[in-house]
Amino acid sequence: MADTMQFDLVSPERRLLSTEATSVQIPGADGDLTAMPNHAPLITTLRPGILTVETAKGSEQFVVTGGFAEIGESLSVLAEKALPREDVDQATYEALVDEAHRIYQQTKETAEDPGLVDDAVKLLQDMVAVGSHIGLDPKQPSI
Amino acid sequence: MPSLKDLKNRIESVKSTRKITKAMQMVAAAKLRRAQEAAEAARPYAERFNGVMASLAASVGDSDSAPRLLAGTGKSDVQLLVVMTSERGLCGGFNTNIVKLAKTHAEKLQAEGKTVKILTVGKKGREQLKRDYGDLFVGHVDLSEVKRIGYGNAQDIARDVLARFDGGEFDVATIFYAQFRSVIAQIPTAQQIIPAAYESEGSDDAGESTLYDYEPDEEAILADLLPRGVATQIFAALLENGASEQGARMSAMDNATRNAGEMIDKLTIEYNRSRQAVITNELIEIISGAEAL
Repeated sequence: MADTMQFDLVSPERRLLSTEATSVQIPGADGDLTAMPNHAPLITTLRPGILTVETAKGSEQFVVTGGFAEIGESLSVLAEKALPREDVDQATYEALVDEAHRIYQQTKETAEDPGLVDDAVKLLQDMVAVGSHIGLDPKQPSI
Repeated sequence: MPSLKDLKNRIESVKSTRKITKAMQMVAAAKLRRAQEAAEAARPYAERFNGVMASLAASVGDSDSAPRLLAGTGKSDVQLLVVMTSERGLCGGFNTNIVKLAKTHAEKLQAEGKTVKILTVGKKGREQLKRDYGDLFVGHVDLSEVKRIGYGNAQDIARDVLARFDGGEFDVATIFYAQFRSVIAQIPTAQQIIPAAYESEGSDDAGESTLYDYEPDEEAILADLLPRGVATQIFAALLENGASEQGARMSAMDNATRNAGEMIDKLTIEYNRSRQAVITNELIEIISGAEAL
């Protein structure tokens, strides 16, 4: 049995990581999940959160803001925006929260479908949760 | 016949033109490399994305509940043409070729009795389309302040297009851009983005051998991914266009430099001839003056 699998983390602008991983924690839309080699084929969407990659050399963490993951023979995470955790400082993080806040405000005003507003609320809350997770202050009321 | 002084001035002016075109060519070459790298870097995402979309679309596509972005509105009466061109000129036929393709497309659609709306990205295409199709413009995206095209720019355009689609402003959207083949070949391309047409070739083999679980369900994923697909396709087109623009500019400036060189050679020959003619004239005058004594 293979104890590693091919893991690719790509964003629309570039390939961030391509490596052999032993396990990967993915912030799935319906909850976190950990993918290990020989995981059943799965496609899931992502919520804003922390993605942790365990390789033979150690673990790496990324902040992702959305996108989806495809688990098959290999694991590909296609993130809307992905940043290495150590690159995320207060300013970058605030920009992300502001963006989520803006989307929320916009949806609240324009959308008729309450489902869309709920989605935006969830996006914002997830984004705020990311901050408390990595010790940054969102400086925004969650709602 | 121009005087020696005139010729000299002209040679100088053509020489400085050549310097400028040469510099522009080198700048375009450097930018082209960067643009190509950007297009290259974006490819893995687009490829995987399309692969997943194709297998998703294949499993959901035929059902009645398929999202409108995939299945369309069932009509094709109102067509939105998104024409992507550059913000700057001096790049040969680059903008003209894209505009020409868009115009033929628009004419064909109008002949079929359909309503055409045009959204322009980039100033140059807008200027060229203004005369014939100015009244069809529904919007313009200005990228002249953007130094490096990012996914954010594509998202903004996609958001604009999707808002119009949700507002029922059009049924079918097509983007026009130039595909980058090489420095001398950029192919103007029309690509339909709404309703999305995902090619299922290639992924068919992979898609059918693997049965994926979906979390949440397929339709929720599809609804989440389709708007992203629009942004991804626009982003890919913008990058291709960026590389094409620099490629076109590079070859246009290369031609201009060569033409300037030829012109300098011609003018130099003319200059030398008239200089010699002047010397010969002077000699004749001196000799005939001496003979008269």
